[in-house]
Amino acid sequence: MPATDIAIVGWAQTPAVARTDATEPQLCMQANLAAIAMAGIERSDIGFTCAGSCDYLTGGPFAFVQNLDAAGAWPPIAESHVEMDGAWALYEAWVRLQHGDIDVALVFGSGKSSPSDPAELYPQQLDPYYLEPLGLDPASIAALQARALLDTGRATERDFAEVVARSRRDARTNPNAHVRDEDDPERLLAAPYTRNPLRAHDVAPVSDGAAAVVLATARRARQLTEHPVFIRGIDHRVDVHQPGMRDLATSPSTADAARRAGLGDAPVEVAELAAISSPQELIVRDAMGLGDGVAVNPSGGPLGANPVMATGLIRIIEAARRVADGTARRAVAHATNGQALQHNLVCVLEGES
Amino acid sequence: MSRPAAIIGVGQTKHAKARADLSIPGLCREAAGRALADAGLDWPDIEAVVIGKAPDAFEGIMQPELFLADALGATGKPMLRVHTAGSVGGSTVIVASHLVESGIHGRVLAVAWEKQSEGNAQWGLAGGRSGGIGAGGAFAPYIRAYMERSRAPEYIGWQVAVKDRLNALKNPYAHLQLADISLEKVKESPMLWDPIHFLESCPSSDGACAVVIGDEDAAAATPRPPAWVVATSVRSEPSTFPGRDAVRPQAGVDCAHDVYRQAGITDPKAQIDVAELYVPFSWYEPMWLEGHDIAPPGGGWKMVDDGETEIEGAFPVNPSGGVLSSNPIGASGMLRMAEAANQVRGQAGEHQVDGARVSLGQAYGGNAQYFAMAIFSSTRS
Repeated sequence: MPATDIAIVGWAQTPAVARTDATEPQLCMQANLAAIAMAGIERSDIGFTCAGSCDYLTGGPFAFVQNLDAAGAWPPIAESHVEMDGAWALYEAWVRLQHGDIDVALVFGSGKSSPSDPAELYPQQLDPYYLEPLGLDPASIAALQARALLDTGRATERDFAEVVARSRRDARTNPNAHVRDEDDPERLLAAPYTRNPLRAHDVAPVSDGAAAVVLATARRARQLTEHPVFIRGIDHRVDVHQPGMRDLATSPSTADAARRAGLGDAPVEVAELAAISSPQELIVRDAMGLGDGVAVNPSGGPLGANPVMATGLIRIIEAARRVADGTARRAVAHATNGQALQHNLVCVLEGES
Repeated sequence: MSRPAAIIGVGQTKHAKARADLSIPGLCREAAGRALADAGLDWPDIEAVVIGKAPDAFEGIMQPELFLADALGATGKPMLRVHTAGSVGGSTVIVASHLVESGIHGRVLAVAWEKQSEGNAQWGLAGGRSGGIGAGGAFAPYIRAYMERSRAPEYIGWQVAVKDRLNALKNPYAHLQLADISLEKVKESPMLWDPIHFLESCPSSDGACAVVIGDEDAAAATPRPPAWVVATSVRSEPSTFPGRDAVRPQAGVDCAHDVYRQAGITDPKAQIDVAELYVPFSWYEPMWLEGHDIAPPGGGWKMVDDGETEIEGAFPVNPSGGVLSSNPIGASGMLRMAEAANQVRGQAGEHQVDGARVSLGQAYGGNAQYFAMAIFSSTRS
């Protein structure tokens, strides 16, 4: 792990909604301006900008180019883009800040999924030769994963319902979440299966939204805020793509990333996990070795709001918020990419020691 | 705090209109395997993989790196997917070099690819369902504006088209092998987007490129000379706004000056021995020579006219044949970096520029708004 300490000094997210008339650049602009304001910096202070988004959500090649308007790219800026969740844009910016020649970076992630149908879209994210023709949609893959977990005996459908109930209760206090419906496990269990063994509420909604984070080197961060949130460790790993070649009830890449990010070095009080189904939360908790005392997804998590391509970055924001306000001394955030937890990022955050 | 990084292995596929003999993973592995072999390494030696390609819509696969992780030996490792439009191949090398310079990894594999025969890139370039005019349609007005501004004669574009195709005859990986190319043939070829003739345009190619970037220890252990990455820079600006100079975009000027400053270059024309520039339409050679302040305003086309950009010239540009001879879009930018690196490694084969010590790799994308540039050197500083 490199020596340069990097801190989160500003963040913002748009309230996630099932559908907005705002364009994606508008969402990004809203998040970026608010994060920059919170950090108390000028746009000209930013030495590197990195964005995360996916053309396919909006359905147009080069969709990400328009988001550049929200980055304030005039005069021209040093900027890059990953076709991934904004959490990986944060990773790239964290790497860039290690060079020492710049001290502030802006990161944003955005997704406007409402123009597309997930059942039509996501099969195209799978191996085009062997899997895409099967038309396997995200809910079906989530159900295969859920079944694999049930078959181990480590979880029950009631456990899934408890995750959903807790997430929805927590989402009620999160102004950026939009799913706050039924939260009684009994009544949740009475709902019909949509993909056995999953019910509609077991799978995260698909939301429109954007999020932004301002990063600074430790020295600069201490000038900007009394409560910098330091990135103590960050790592990401990818697993085999073919779901049939993985044990879907586990997440080795999450476990490995957590180990390399130093998660086990000290206890965490809060974990924000990008689990896009209720079983995934249980799998990720297990992979990270999180105990019962850890508050998981106090924001309501992706089951409360899931602006794809910002969902992972929002986990980092929600964890950072709780470190900054003293709720947690140490927190962990998780982001995921691809289907059934193929690619996972773990970020450990701490306040000033 | 930044540590030295070097390109220690380079690989590319034979580029062709259709590599029907290979799947997409097969295409990427052909390039990556060659880069590993060139570096004297094997798959387990790689610590992280960075993948670049142009819009996913070109092949119709959303985030294809997810399924390519298996074929590229990325499983269990960090993988990043970069997308910065046409400049992506260049950006991908730069992101990979940052992973080494930051001290996070010692050996990183960067792969970029496009398989145009398995999709419809022209549809994608034209904005898909939103409709549009394609890359040539977008750039033709800028080219016309350059011709007017610089008073360049029409034949300059034909000269670049001929020069790059003759260079490609010395590059066994190049897609186009047009031994009978001539100024007359370029001039007589169909007008696609006035003033761009068919033979002044890049082809549609299947192809991939890969480089291995290593730290000092990795560079010391490699069987062939490394190309030290002495400067990298990226710059972006919005697609369009009133007053934007699309002929000489400020992002391109700033990006060039940034790499020159990092490399201690005060006279790029004199201090750089060879350049691989992203020239998808012939006129972009003089336009980038001026847009990156290698030539003064109006001086780019004169360099072409004087033969200075030929392999034997004072400032060789695209000795590999360039994008005009091979255009696997997502890989085209990385090919510029890889070819520039190979020149200072002395590994460019028949299109080697004698005595090349310092080279420039450049890629651009979007509406001539994204730039990625690097300077490579045979010595560390």
